[in-house]
Amino acid sequence: MEKDQDKIINDVTTTEYKYGFYSDIAMDRIPKGLSEEVVRIISAKKNEPEWLLDFRLKSYRHWLTMKMPTWPNLKIPPINYQEIIFYAAPKERKNLKNIDDIDPELKRTFDKLGIPLEEQKHLAGVAVDAVIDSVSVKTTFKETLAEMGIIFCSFSDAVKEYPDLVKRYMGSVVPYTDNFFATLNSAVFSDGSFCYIPKGVRCPMELSTYFRINSANTGQFERTLLIADEESYVSYLEGCTAPSRDENQLHAAIVEIVAEKNAEVKYSTVQNWYPGDKEGKGGVFNFVTKRGMCKGENSKISWTQIETGSAITWKYPSCILRGDNSTGEFYSVAVTNNYQQADTGTKMTHIGKNTKSTIVSKGISAGHGQNSYRGLVKVLKNASNARNYSQCDSLLLGDKCGAHTFPYLEVDNSTAIVEHEATTSKIGEDQIFYCNQRGISTEDAIGLIVNGYAREVINKLPMEFAVEAQKLLQISLEGSVG
Amino acid sequence: MLIINNLKASIEGKSILKGISLEVKPGEIHAIMGPNGSGKSTLAAVLAGREFVEVTEGTITYLGKNLLDMSPEDRAKEGIFLGFQYPIEIPGVSMVNFMKTAINEHRKHNGLEPLSASDFLKLMRDKKELVEIDSKLANRSVNEGFSGGEKKKNEIFQMAMLEPKLAILDETDSGLDIDALRIVANGVNKLKHPDNSFIVITHYQRLLDYIIPDVVHVLYDGRIVKTAGKELALELEEKGYDWIKKEIENNVTA
Repeated sequence: MEKDQDKIINDVTTTEYKYGFYSDIAMDRIPKGLSEEVVRIISAKKNEPEWLLDFRLKSYRHWLTMKMPTWPNLKIPPINYQEIIFYAAPKERKNLKNIDDIDPELKRTFDKLGIPLEEQKHLAGVAVDAVIDSVSVKTTFKETLAEMGIIFCSFSDAVKEYPDLVKRYMGSVVPYTDNFFATLNSAVFSDGSFCYIPKGVRCPMELSTYFRINSANTGQFERTLLIADEESYVSYLEGCTAPSRDENQLHAAIVEIVAEKNAEVKYSTVQNWYPGDKEGKGGVFNFVTKRGMCKGENSKISWTQIETGSAITWKYPSCILRGDNSTGEFYSVAVTNNYQQADTGTKMTHIGKNTKSTIVSKGISAGHGQNSYRGLVKVLKNASNARNYSQCDSLLLGDKCGAHTFPYLEVDNSTAIVEHEATTSKIGEDQIFYCNQRGISTEDAIGLIVNGYAREVINKLPMEFAVEAQKLLQISLEGSVG
Repeated sequence: MLIINNLKASIEGKSILKGISLEVKPGEIHAIMGPNGSGKSTLAAVLAGREFVEVTEGTITYLGKNLLDMSPEDRAKEGIFLGFQYPIEIPGVSMVNFMKTAINEHRKHNGLEPLSASDFLKLMRDKKELVEIDSKLANRSVNEGFSGGEKKKNEIFQMAMLEPKLAILDETDSGLDIDALRIVANGVNKLKHPDNSFIVITHYQRLLDYIIPDVVHVLYDGRIVKTAGKELALELEEKGYDWIKKEIENNVTA
């Protein structure tokens, strides 16, 4: 029995990362290291207006006064910011009018990742913004969306074409002083996606950003800004992969969402950054600040995340429920296998009256993985009749991994109702044997059981991505039980 | 079909099966009866390939192959089905998904293409009717929240889906009311044909009013102490297991 368990753990932990290839693309890189000069170079490379450079410099100077927090339940090796390249972009990015202007190697890269940049080849109903290292290389279906007044473009283009919108909303949800990595991002962010859904418009297709880190020793610092004006709806997805490398790579992004009155935003993430090898060497540090503001009445923001990659995941997609009757949701599946670590969860801040939040977190730990849920539910004094329901489940495979739960509650209004449920379970040998006896191999049995466990969250994803996520869960745990 | 020869097995060093020999031919139904703790479920566990039972001696030949060399899932795909005494709950995994995975694994093993969704659903419908199972069960998670009777009926349904060559039913009748018992027994009778065999493990003769065995074995203290035709079951019902115990003790002292 013991032997069996070991074998399964061994099997699951030995699967290779599928997206670990490196593409040889002609790149424009700046020298490694971080200084005020580097911040200026990035801004100059992007021909940015003065106000944006000021924002960057202000952030950089503030960052110099900050220290990396030490409170998470993570072991993070020291990061040398002078060894990181803060800007890398594929060369020959002229004015891309035509798909043929894109470097064929770049196109091949995205084809290999299953993200064709040609619209006709793409999944019907999904518009993609493809970001490689520091820049966005192509946004599909831009014109189709523009007919409805929807703006979907790279962050850099938005700065040029819609400076007023960017100025108005950037930093309004995640201020440049917010936290160590958000402040760093505010200084050196290179690109990302921008999206604006005008009043009364229901976005007819899924919008998505696909992030790819390609270059060695390069950090990725993108910013996504998503604004849903009154009565609008959008469903947004992001996917991420990176080559397998021995060094750790830093990814410190910001996602800001604003939902105005009666608007609804669904934001889904399938995060599959390179997790490091099975000894825990290499892998991406995924230190991301994601926050949504339910600004108007009846607005709703829903975060769904499937976190299978990264050596270390440290993030808390959160909702500020400012509008009365607004709703925040957080659905998460986080997998830690081998030596992966995750400290993830959410913050729900109830400010408006009758605000509701739901938290469903499913942690899965295998190998030597360490998985922490950390969540804060905060009900402010004037938030009468606030409701929160939190459910945190942990599933353990094997006996070398760990699951931890850190729920925090701060309630300043006596009419609030806050519920918290937590469970911890192990995949039982009986369950696996039951599957075996029906002809299902142990690997497949684990896939079935894990997907069953995560179903509540996976069901929140748009269809095509739910299927992807299921496969991904199975792959990332392959070999972990025997 | 199945030849067990002098099988000895132990759990955590404790000897449970102490030399069992048994042959099951195609088309036969064998009943294995015996008091609690005689080793009935251990025998079922060995046949299905549970690792906590250690086989210390003897051989098992199934369809000409050494069964003990085969993994549990290969045994299943080669046609061995175990109806569990205590079916396992798998939260979040729908019966449809579970059965589809199982069926397609069987088909792959036999060199067949996976069933299309519509063919699969049709198969499920047909088998549900055959074994008179409430169609709601299929939409629920595997055994989760099922009553004892529903779980047992679900085992028979799975057996109908997988069409095993050798089905071992481990106390499938325990905890069933008379209606459920009839449904379970009817399932077995409908699935019975000249090429497949059943081993029905039971504590009571009750089930054998509905499933007529060709051979009845009595297992006691890890050994088969008596083998006879179906009338043995009735005799046991009448005289109780004490009768067997006494007979053995008499043999020992004689």
